[in-house]
This record gives sequence, structure tokens and C-alpha cells, in this order.
Amino acid sequence: MAPSAPSINSTNSRMATPRPSSYRYKSEKRGMTYNIMLVGQSGLGRRTFLNTLCEREVIAPAEPPNPDTANVADPMRFDTYEVNLEEEGTRISLTVIDTPGFGDGLDNTECFKQLQDYIEAQFDEVLVEESRIKRNRRYRDHRIHTLIYFITPTGHSLRELDIELIKRLGEYVNIIPVIGRADSLTVEELATFKQNVMRDIDYYKLPLYNFCWDESDSEALKENREIMDYTPFSVVTCDEVIDNEYGAVRVRRYPWGSIEIDDEGQCDFALLRYILLNSHIADLINYTEDVLYENYRTKKLEVGGFGDQEVDGDDDEDDEEPVAAKKE
Amino acid sequence: MASNDVQDYVGFDTITQQMERKFLKRGFNFNVILVGESGMGKSTLVNSIFASHLIDSQGRRAAQEVIRKTTEIAPVTQTLEENGVRVRLTIVDTPGFGDQCNNEGCWVPVIKYIKDQHAAYLERELKPQRDRVIVDTRIHACLYFLNPGSRGLRPLDVEVLKRLTEVTNVIPVIAKSDSMTIEERTAFKRRIKEELAFHRIVVFPYACEDDSEEDRVLNASIRELIPFAVVGSEEVMELDGKLVRGRRHGWGVINIFDENHSDFVHLRNFMLRTHLSDLVEVTAQRHYEQFRTSQLRQIKELRAQQAAAAATGGPHAMPTQAPPQAPVANVMQHQPMTQV
Repeated sequence: MAPSAPSINSTNSRMATPRPSSYRYKSEKRGMTYNIMLVGQSGLGRRTFLNTLCEREVIAPAEPPNPDTANVADPMRFDTYEVNLEEEGTRISLTVIDTPGFGDGLDNTECFKQLQDYIEAQFDEVLVEESRIKRNRRYRDHRIHTLIYFITPTGHSLRELDIELIKRLGEYVNIIPVIGRADSLTVEELATFKQNVMRDIDYYKLPLYNFCWDESDSEALKENREIMDYTPFSVVTCDEVIDNEYGAVRVRRYPWGSIEIDDEGQCDFALLRYILLNSHIADLINYTEDVLYENYRTKKLEVGGFGDQEVDGDDDEDDEEPVAAKKE
Repeated sequence: MASNDVQDYVGFDTITQQMERKFLKRGFNFNVILVGESGMGKSTLVNSIFASHLIDSQGRRAAQEVIRKTTEIAPVTQTLEENGVRVRLTIVDTPGFGDQCNNEGCWVPVIKYIKDQHAAYLERELKPQRDRVIVDTRIHACLYFLNPGSRGLRPLDVEVLKRLTEVTNVIPVIAKSDSMTIEERTAFKRRIKEELAFHRIVVFPYACEDDSEEDRVLNASIRELIPFAVVGSEEVMELDGKLVRGRRHGWGVINIFDENHSDFVHLRNFMLRTHLSDLVEVTAQRHYEQFRTSQLRQIKELRAQQAAAAATGGPHAMPTQAPPQAPVANVMQHQPMTQV
């Protein structure tokens, strides 16, 4: 069921088209720069998701806080983790930003602005960097290429928090919705829930990442349409690895049975992982750089918010912009 | 001395049968309020406990359904009968609770509703011409639904539980516990108990001086289980040749009556088979009494103030008048009755 888009070719095709204004530090040693943000209320499995994704313990289980901190809502934090991965021969220098505290307080209306500010700050950094006369060779791109948003498995529809988040952030970052703790839903409930969620997405016109944004490759388009049918991806993750007759498997054990995380019949985790780290990593990065960032840049420059930045008055810089960059 | 006369048997021990007959005739009221975010499994659980489809889930399903901006109160009453005993069961759902981005004050309609029932009962009690049997709409039990997966109580939980436990009997449950492994459940229960103790939140059952040894042991075992990690289901399916209520996952079938799978049986027995009359009695003796005392005190103070104002006389004093002729109920309506 996993798409067979070869990852190596797609990365090569990216390297073959140099973009004067995009700025990434390419190094054999370092690998592809890739930044993922995880957003969701606590208890939906963000931490275990990261650990399972990277196949190692990136975030240790948090120390149980003192009982007196239960009613004090921590403001949302941005915790950064850096992991070097190798997927099918491609080195990835992955940065994951976790956002504990999102949606956990009594009043969560400030969270959206904080997330937006963070994402925009990364764009601004690149904007400044691009405009320098002397660019930093070791500059690292911190733009968020994917935002994984964890939905509570209510079995009903989207909640106000979900709708607001996607509405507010969809124009700045690729949002991929996942259902956390999907093992609390039966097969039928999951199917119904996915349907209801997608209906809400359509009804409220929520800007999720559109896997089919690149319509040039019809073969890939067909595959991407199939992938979109899985949205939102049901995710079950765990830290426990046991040995069975097939080797080491990651399972969650219940008195009534065990669920194997990597079994594609049980949940969409394996598919999602392949999409995130193999087949679509290039697409996600491309879309962020070519469309989301460019839109932001255009808006920002039109407003003229860069008056006091270190743009050394060199108008020739702007003339070098390839016209293609303004594609809408 | 021959004292085997039948006359030595007085027969007052038949009072229990007499009471039973009266009870059977009258039936009783049982009122339960469900507090928790949508999607926590409230309606399924309550339908499973009473083994009837009592309420429909109020969750948003169709995209056109508007997102609730506030907590609504939705009571549904039905009469159930078992072996000649009738219960007028009222289930009060609270759709919208905890569902918004900003949940400040989402508990206010809930607390107000509970206090209003106490107030209504007090009003009926104080009427000069009382009904022979006062209709009891007071909330006897509050099932509070915790979010599985959180490490412990959330800020919202602490705020709401503090207020709820002051006005009604609260039973904390985790309704969708089928996504927690046994280890996770144990750790979660331990944390919840610690946090409840820290915040001095007292949930039902309460310790009482005149509890018998048996009661103490039973209550202790109940307290061990809190919060109840349950799984609810209205679907019947076949498992090992038997028909059970359960949930069918791709990796196994949960039988809600299996004690190894969930605390459902313990919760049901606790609520209905061992502590049902306690829930009703404690509501009357503890929560209602507290409410009543504070209300009557307020009225007394108000009357004292009015009397003092009248006594000081002068052009600004209120015209001397007898205490309001209208039944006390009217006075009460002027009071800020439901202070949250």
C-alpha cells in the first residue's frame, strides 16, 4: 500500500535545479535539512510518535510532575530535538519541534498566535539571510516543512481547537492531520471519524497540505490521490519493542490482544512514516520553499516591513530574482 | 418457666417488608449528571450501565452542525422497571462542556443547574402546603469523565472538580480506557489519586463515623479503583460462543463485563448494587443540607437587615411592614441564589 515513488530520484531532481534564492547548506555529511513540528494536546502521543518515527528514544518519558503542578497550565513551549537519520540511502538532518502545552490550559486562544509567530520567525530569518550581500555559508534553514497535527479520537468531528489551528496556520506551513491514540477507535468508528473529519475540512475549507499540488506528474498524482484518501492518518505509537518470531516488533499489549504498530492493516503509522521520510520529503520541502515561503515573502515585501533590516541598499539583489519564483 | 409462647414474638421486624411494599408502590428518583468533553464516551457509558438506550450522543457529527459556544444542560427522564421496582431516571448531559478554545467558566452552567435543583427542593419543602411526596430532582451522582492519556488532572479538571465536589457526589471515570495498557492505567490512577489528595478534592464514597467494618472495607476497595477505567458499549457481539457487550478491534475483542478488561462491572455494581441508596441519602443529608443551611442563613440575615433598617426609622427608612407575606420562596428569588 505504501507508494513506490523512489525517493532518491526525486532528491536528485531537486539538486539538479539550482535555485539562486533558495538557501540550503548542502553537505554530504550533514544530509538534507528537514524540519517537522508536532502540535497537539497532551495525551495524544506526540512524544512516542517522535520516538517511534526515529526508531530510538529521542524524548525520554517526562518525569511525573508534582501534584501541585496539575492545575498550573504551562505556557506552550517549543522544544527542539535534532536527529540524524538515514532513509534508503538518503541522509536526513531532522529537526523536530515539539510544542507541549498547546491546548492544555483553560484558555488556549493565545496558542495560535504563538505558533504563527514562531513559523513566521523562521521565514523572516531566511528572508534576511537571502538579502545579505555576504551570505553565511553555514546557514541552516529552520523553516518548518511539515506540521503534524494530532486530533483527539472523539469519534465525532473536529473540535473548535482543531478548526482554528488549521485555519490559522495552513497558509504558513504544510499541515498533515493525524488521529492520535487511534487504537481507541474500532474499525468502523475510525472509518466514520475519518469521513466526518474530511467533511468538516471541506465545509470549513481548511487548508491542509494538498498532496496533489504538483499536477505535472500524472503517475504520482494518481498515487497522491490514493494517499489523500487516508487522511487523517490513524496513528498508534509505542515505546515497547518485543521479539517475536519475525524479529523485533513494536507492540502495544492489551488484555484482549496486541497491536503491531508497523502493521499497515492496524494503523497508518508505517504509511505516514514512509511519506514523511521517504516518498514525499522532497515534495514537502519544495512546497514550503517554492510556494509557502514565496507567498509570505511577497506579502512581507509588499508591506515593506523590511525597511530597517540589513538589506544593504543593493537593488540588484532583487533583480536577480527569477521570475519563476512569483508563480502563484 | 415455659416461655415458648408465640406471643413473645412481637413482629416489628416486618417493617422491612412494609417499607418495601411502600417503596415498590412509590418508586424512586435517581438523577445523574454527566460532565466531560464531547467524545469522552459519556452517552455510551451511561447507556451501558443502565443497559438501555437512554440518551443520544450530543457530539458534532455533520459538518453543518454548529460548534457549541457554551455548555448546555440537557436532561432526559425515563422510567425503568426491574422486578416491580420503578426508577424515574434522569440523565443530565452537558454538551459543549470543555469543547471550546477558551474554556474559562464552562462549568458555570453545570454548577448553577445542580444548585438550582437544591433550591427548587428547598422551595417545595418550605411551602406552607407541601406536596405529600416532594419530587426530587436533586443530582445524586456526577460522573466526571477524565481524558485518557493525559498524565494526570488537567487544569480544567482541577477547577471543575473542586467546585463539583462541593455540591454533589462525584465519581471520576475514564470512559475510553481501551487505548490504555494495564500499566498505563495503573500509573494514571495513582497519579490521579495523588493529585486529588493534594488539591483536597473529595470524591464519593465519603468516610463516615458510623460506617460498619464491612462498609469501610468495601469503601476502601472502591477507593482503590478510582478513577474507574471503563469501556462502554451498546453493541452485542459473539465472543467464545457467548453473546457479550463489547468492542471489536482489529486486534481483539473487548468484553465490557470482563474484569480483566475494564472496571465496568465494578462501577456498575458500585453505583447501582451497593451504593445506590447511599448516593441518594448522602445527597440529601450532606449536599442538600449544606445548601439549605447557607440559604436559610442568608434569608435570616436579610430579614435582620430589613428589620434593622425599619427600626432606625427616619424618612429614608423603608416603610414599616411585616416580613413579606408571600411564601419564603419569593424572598429567595431575590437572593443571589446560585453563586458560583
